[in-house]
Amino acid sequence: MTDLLAVSGVRKVFGGVRAVDDCSLSVGEGTVTALIGPNGSGKTTLFNIVTGYLKPDAGRVTFAGRDVTRHGTGRLYRHGLSRTFQQARVFPQLTVVENLVVAGGYRWWQLGAPRIRRADRERAGHLLAEFRLAGVADLLAAELSYGQRKLLEFAAVLMSSPRLVMLDEPTAGVNPVLVDTMEQHIRERHAAGVTFLIVEHDLQFVMRLCDPIIVLDAGRPIFQGAPPQVQQNPLVLDAYLGS
Amino acid sequence: MSPLAARLLPAARGGLFVGVLAVVPLFGLQHWVLNMLVFVLMFAAMASAWNLVGGLAGYPSLGHAAFFGIGAYAFAMILHNQQLTNGYVPFVWLPVIGVIGALLGAPVAAIAMRTRADVFAIVTITLLFVVQTLAFNLHSLTGGAQGLSFPVAPFPAATFELPFYYVLLILLALAMLLTYATMRSKVGLALAAVRADEDKARGIGVAAGGVKVLAFSVSVGLTAMVGAVWAYYQVGVIYPQFAVDPLITIAIVLMTFLGGRATLWGPVLGAIILETGQQYLAYQLGASQFYLIAYALVFLLIILVLPRGILPTVAERLRRRRRRASIANPDRSPSLVDSVEVVRQ
Repeated sequence: MTDLLAVSGVRKVFGGVRAVDDCSLSVGEGTVTALIGPNGSGKTTLFNIVTGYLKPDAGRVTFAGRDVTRHGTGRLYRHGLSRTFQQARVFPQLTVVENLVVAGGYRWWQLGAPRIRRADRERAGHLLAEFRLAGVADLLAAELSYGQRKLLEFAAVLMSSPRLVMLDEPTAGVNPVLVDTMEQHIRERHAAGVTFLIVEHDLQFVMRLCDPIIVLDAGRPIFQGAPPQVQQNPLVLDAYLGS
Repeated sequence: MSPLAARLLPAARGGLFVGVLAVVPLFGLQHWVLNMLVFVLMFAAMASAWNLVGGLAGYPSLGHAAFFGIGAYAFAMILHNQQLTNGYVPFVWLPVIGVIGALLGAPVAAIAMRTRADVFAIVTITLLFVVQTLAFNLHSLTGGAQGLSFPVAPFPAATFELPFYYVLLILLALAMLLTYATMRSKVGLALAAVRADEDKARGIGVAAGGVKVLAFSVSVGLTAMVGAVWAYYQVGVIYPQFAVDPLITIAIVLMTFLGGRATLWGPVLGAIILETGQQYLAYQLGASQFYLIAYALVFLLIILVLPRGILPTVAERLRRRRRRASIANPDRSPSLVDSVEVVRQ
């Protein structure tokens, strides 16, 4: 299996805190990889570095065989690396369908085109139907429930036909039914060839869905393996429960 | 409403608005009324232009008066030492002045728009004072505090205001047309995303930098053209304290906030209310600065009662009513798509 994403020797320091410290890990193409760890272990900081929202102090990030360490967020997105956020970030004053269309991406020479073309609406329509958001397509995103916003954010990142989707706590703050829905969507997209890297605190969700699982503690990986191995590893138990 | 009707309605509304304004002066209005309307159109055009960057992009520029002054001085410099036999000829320079303003605005935007919100406001108001200081001190170009003279427009006294009125009406229509086209295009979608969450917009590949510079350039280009018309209306001489006046910026920002930011009609409505009120009070009470107290009161009113402005507040109420109707009777109520369009207009 080839690595789609590789992080090598990445370090990020905030003041006196080493949020990510000499971190190296990789995500194989076609996997649903989980990144777990206790609070403050550096998961979200690493997410932000990989997706270009933060620049590392040291180290290298490679995506699809290309060094992307200093690439901006938009450039990475166009290369096929997209993400969601811990708190669902949608554009509240845009309609649901506009949220999808704007995430579909267009270049500067298309800026004069109509806001929503028929082709845009058709393209977004498939995802809206898949995520059961067709009924609210023309509502402002501000009017959606939090769970619907999570779904919308997930659907929006799929508009760019990404190779790697990084989900930051996809089940945080949503009800159990929606957790199942989210899991189903991830499975379907995975079956369609999309690779996932997921940060998640719901360990049951992670154990059901992800393989491998990378455990982060104090800014660096301490263990990587299949769910049963992770559950029995003493280093992981120490990190979560204390020795 | 059918899709064709929905598409034609804004054009019909705009055409009616411009048509009514075009015939208003034909009713033999007094000079003071026409003068008032000239200023209403001037501020409506500038508020619409400001809305492109302050409303649609969400960048509250306080430096637009700098470009108003640049347009005014560019026009005065072109006419300085010239003999005018035909008063309409100088208007031909307006597109050139608009392009100059836009070209000057592009690098300013590229630098200033690296900052956001209140910092951006401070950076742009600094630009305003830099331009004002230059206008006071570059004597050979601007005439300094003594002002810069140029020939008075040779229009008949009986109809002196009319050419300015119609040129400003054209500029207002142009500003509104550009606003409408922006809102209906992917530029408008990109600007709306930038306004809501710029980091996220950049993260999904929106060309945030490009659309911001474009919006700012077009906005200040229009403002420069209005400044040029204002200069021509000033009967032969302009002074730096009036050509580059922070009160101009404050007025257009206030008008846009009152009517409704990021809407097509909001800035125009705000300009009609505030400028008519100000000019009327000036005629009734004499030229004084009392209107500034009224500005402060309007600011308070907006903050306390209408934080989103008149049109969005009214539209939101309509929208809620339609939603209730939609829930009560799904077959007969207007669609929610129309409701969203109402909020934006």
